[in-house]
Amino acid sequence: DIDDVGHKYHLELVLEDVLDKDSTVNCTAEVLYHLGNKPIAPDVHFTLDGELKDTDEADKRFYNRVKSLEKELVAENIPDSHGNVSPEMEPIRLLAWAASGYVIWQNSTEDTKFQFAQIKHVKQVKRSDDYLEFDYLILLHEMVSQEIIPWQMTVLWHPQHGVQVTGDSRQPQHA
Amino acid sequence: MKILLVFTALLAATRSEQLFVGDQVLRIMASDEEKITLLRVLGERPELQLDFWLHPTSPGHPVDVRVPFLSLQPVKIFLESNNISYSIMIEDVQELLDEEKKTMAKSRRVQRSISTFDFASYHTIDEIYDWMDMLVDHHPSLVSKLQIGQSYENRPLYVLKFSTGGLNRPAIWLDTGIHSREWITQATGIWTANKIAKEYGQDHFVTAILDSMDIFFEIITNPDGFVFTHSSNRMWRKTRSINAGSRCIGVDPNRNWDAGFGGSGSSSNPCSEIYRGPYAHSEREVKAIVDFIHSHGNVKSVISIHSYSQMLLFPYGYKTAPAPNHQELNELAKKAVSDLAALYGTKYTYGSVAETIYMADGTTIDWAYDNGVKYSFSFELRDTGRYGFLLPSTQIIPTATETWPALLDIMVHVLEHPY
Repeated sequence: DIDDVGHKYHLELVLEDVLDKDSTVNCTAEVLYHLGNKPIAPDVHFTLDGELKDTDEADKRFYNRVKSLEKELVAENIPDSHGNVSPEMEPIRLLAWAASGYVIWQNSTEDTKFQFAQIKHVKQVKRSDDYLEFDYLILLHEMVSQEIIPWQMTVLWHPQHGVQVTGDSRQPQHA
Repeated sequence: MKILLVFTALLAATRSEQLFVGDQVLRIMASDEEKITLLRVLGERPELQLDFWLHPTSPGHPVDVRVPFLSLQPVKIFLESNNISYSIMIEDVQELLDEEKKTMAKSRRVQRSISTFDFASYHTIDEIYDWMDMLVDHHPSLVSKLQIGQSYENRPLYVLKFSTGGLNRPAIWLDTGIHSREWITQATGIWTANKIAKEYGQDHFVTAILDSMDIFFEIITNPDGFVFTHSSNRMWRKTRSINAGSRCIGVDPNRNWDAGFGGSGSSSNPCSEIYRGPYAHSEREVKAIVDFIHSHGNVKSVISIHSYSQMLLFPYGYKTAPAPNHQELNELAKKAVSDLAALYGTKYTYGSVAETIYMADGTTIDWAYDNGVKYSFSFELRDTGRYGFLLPSTQIIPTATETWPALLDIMVHVLEHPY
């Protein structure tokens, strides 16, 4: 407890590569949840004890594949109802998952636990520069309220420059 | 007309294997009365064995005739030399019959074999209900199907009863799919019900349990919601009851039980996913189970299966105070979780609902516990969020397989600790 400021948590955690269970990195972090009603994202500071795996090969392959598409990429329901993801769509899913991490961070409080649930719709947006741009409509699952929340996010990606969420907005829910 | 004739041909075919090999059906166009007469005369020649499907009547009306293989040449020569035009409607009658027989046999096979039911994929409500009937058919002295009520949309609420006899033996209650979007639970339910039926008489523990106790298993606890996840919204959780004065539909069936009903672990807003309902047991799906357990009077354990989070939970969710036999439940959960992890390394956490997941009131297991069911547990199956509710079907069998020893641990403990 930090008076007049908020609640600070000190964490020791292990990061595990989603694509390779044996590849792990230790991490320490400090998270500060701010007091008050204003929705401010928690402050996060972290240090990695080691390095994340090199993904240059896979990044290049994905980048080249999308760049060489004749028409803009469009897809929906990833994974589908049965949990299936086609091999071509797997990087699209991973990108959405990574980008959703930003949205989740920006909207987290001590009383929320968000998970990325599904891509409802994704559309590639053609760009004149080197970046890939995707307009996603995703579903987030919030554990405590059990709500499924649709969220729009505009995601930029470049093999050398990584992921960026340039815009996002919460969408109205189902009745 | 054609159908009748194919049927007749089939009837004949069953008496002798190769009745129509090479036979053809010709469609003949007789353009005047003279040609009609010629055709009638042709048909009366016994050695040709012509079989008219459409008899010669008047010009302009097609004449269809099955011509046996051996008569094909003379008939065609006759037609051509008399300038009577024709076309070949069926090239080989026997081929057509064989094709038809194959298709019919295939569809019969697909429906009837319980050993070909695909446990490794997700199914529709009709497929699951059909499979239930097959299970009962295959184990008539062990498994029966009861109906304990109807859903809001009037779907039957079916429960499978596993019993080797006796009169109102102490019983274990299992349910899956109370939250319809948790598809891994109904799928695990099917596999587990099948496993129980298979292992009676084979596995020492299953046999011991069923020799003194009954098992009641409701696999589709929320049929309306389940149908809705297939037809409209894969992420639907609640029932499908209409809420007076609100455009939002459904009540959370796991907040609708009369145990700590109406607290902070549920919502009064009909649009909420954890809406408790207008009053406890307002939902037919919940009331049916309440009535069943009450009238049975001898249920010793309730195990309610959910997903996801990989947890094994026990009461209470509506208060932080520990349950009177917290220690015992905790020890049992610890053992079950350890046996679950032994298979594929899947890690579960365990503890009371309140200390492990969140405060939740009006839940199934709290109600069961407060109504005398000492061994009440809730599972949260795979995974921990990577796929969440959309767990790939390739994980159905591993999930069901690893959960089995944990379920068995609980059931054996109940058997060995009568009360």
